[in-house]
Amino acid sequence: MKIRAAFNIQRNIPLNFQFDIDAQGITAVFGKSGCGKTSLLRALAGLEKHSGAFLKVGEDIWQEDEFFVPAHQRPLAYVFQEASLFPHLNVRGNIEYGLKRMQQDDSKIPLEQIIELMELDLLLDRKTDYLSGGEQQRVGIARALAVNPNILLMDEPLSSLDQARKDELIPYINSLNRELNIPIIYVTHSNEEIARLADQLIFIEDQGIKAAGAMDQLLTHADLSLSHRPQAESIISAVTSTYDEVFHLNQLNSALGPFLVPGDALPQGKPIRLRLAAQDVSLSLNVPKDSSILNILPAVVKNVQDENLAQATVFLDMNGHTVLARITRKSVNRLQLEAGKKVYAQIKSVAVLA
Amino acid sequence: MLSSSDLTALLLTLQLALLSTVILLLIGTPLAWFLARTSWRYKFILEAMIALPLVLPPTVLGFYLLLLLGANGPLGSMMQAFGAQPLAFSFSGLLVGSVFYSLPFVIQPLQDTFSNIGSRPFEVAATLRASPLDRFFSIALPLARPGFLTASVLGFAHTIGEFGVVLMIGGNIPGETQVLSIAIYEHVETLEYTKAHILSGGLLLLSFSLLLVIYALNGRFKVVRI
Repeated sequence: MKIRAAFNIQRNIPLNFQFDIDAQGITAVFGKSGCGKTSLLRALAGLEKHSGAFLKVGEDIWQEDEFFVPAHQRPLAYVFQEASLFPHLNVRGNIEYGLKRMQQDDSKIPLEQIIELMELDLLLDRKTDYLSGGEQQRVGIARALAVNPNILLMDEPLSSLDQARKDELIPYINSLNRELNIPIIYVTHSNEEIARLADQLIFIEDQGIKAAGAMDQLLTHADLSLSHRPQAESIISAVTSTYDEVFHLNQLNSALGPFLVPGDALPQGKPIRLRLAAQDVSLSLNVPKDSSILNILPAVVKNVQDENLAQATVFLDMNGHTVLARITRKSVNRLQLEAGKKVYAQIKSVAVLA
Repeated sequence: MLSSSDLTALLLTLQLALLSTVILLLIGTPLAWFLARTSWRYKFILEAMIALPLVLPPTVLGFYLLLLLGANGPLGSMMQAFGAQPLAFSFSGLLVGSVFYSLPFVIQPLQDTFSNIGSRPFEVAATLRASPLDRFFSIALPLARPGFLTASVLGFAHTIGEFGVVLMIGGNIPGETQVLSIAIYEHVETLEYTKAHILSGGLLLLSFSLLLVIYALNGRFKVVRI
């Protein structure tokens, strides 16, 4: 779903948002709190009207000069930060609210499929105030899906939940995208949600859209501040393979090559993501023979940039993917790291994001 | 126990209160909705005008209505020119007076409830294909139910208690404009204390029961907001 947008949002600091993306999977709108992410999403939905804006989604123009399609006529759905369920309707009434307002000939997602996907069958006749935060948000998502939107907008749907509820809800959001194939625009300021959910990023910084593109590439892009943050990281896709029962190690086929991850057995053939913190990647010139580190892979230095007087970020090419290593400037100097140098990356720890 | 004239006054009062409440809800709902949702910068002028009957002696309100609606008033003479009776000293005139007199008691609870709903439920409904009118009926009205209960009871009870306005524009015509409060006044004037007791006690009981109902159903109820 191609989206072309240009918004000038007048706030105390004017925001100038322009982008042109092909929304596939989950596109995360990412930036610091107060950078205007939510304003952008509301403008996309038509909940806020800014003059002189342009918005084209797919083949339809939603806003241009004086022309403005009001929110209720846009084929989208919106999940708010708080579930914002209608208190005068029960769970079923909430889910069916939008469904009842669709045209006869609109294509619909079968309601049973949505209810099954969000596991709401036991909650349908409940009143909304007896639901947990996570359940409420699942009802909110089901209600949005019921109108079979061309595009789903989500405004920090997890931020009002505690960690346990977040972990509970993330698989639902992932399955949404896999099962129903609806492009999602997902506003967040959480690194974890980016790592676990996003396929693409729209990155907001300095009152504008700094970059828009594939999530893994933007996170490791040398020209963006994302790769220079203390919590900079690389996200690598992988598929689970065999399990070593003796040492309790999962063997993975990652985009970088074979990988070993300790822990309980993961189901075989499951696509997962690996999160490599730049802090946890160190470099050596030769294969260390007697290292305790399990994952040591060849890499080529693409670029080295100082972060401060002590530390530098090394941008590595590993099997065509960029991986970040945060090491001391002293080490850069000692190993004489520069573009084109062949090294071995030792990955001390890795987080598996299922 | 009640004399037939007292019974007539009671029925007239109930009829007046009921009709006034219905008219007030019909006028008050869109007006309160507008006041709650608009960002119009001069809305405070409208709010002040609506609140006037809260502070004005009812006789002042009645006096101006009399001038306006009387046979020689601008509205009254216009109506006569069209062959209609002037509204002063008629039941319809009382109705007009009551609507003005009780307006803040209906508008303010409604405006409060509409404001308290906030904009979020309407935004949610908009993203679920509901048009503005649809949102009003499917979201605003059901969510404002406690406000409607409060507004109806207050509008009704306040109209029953009306005296000054009635005295000015209604007079004391049995079966047409003689309401309970006027009947009580007349009983006292003629030293018929027993009859005054029965009517006053009945009115006291009725008003108290009505207020009990709204306070019981609506814990966070505020009578008026100025």
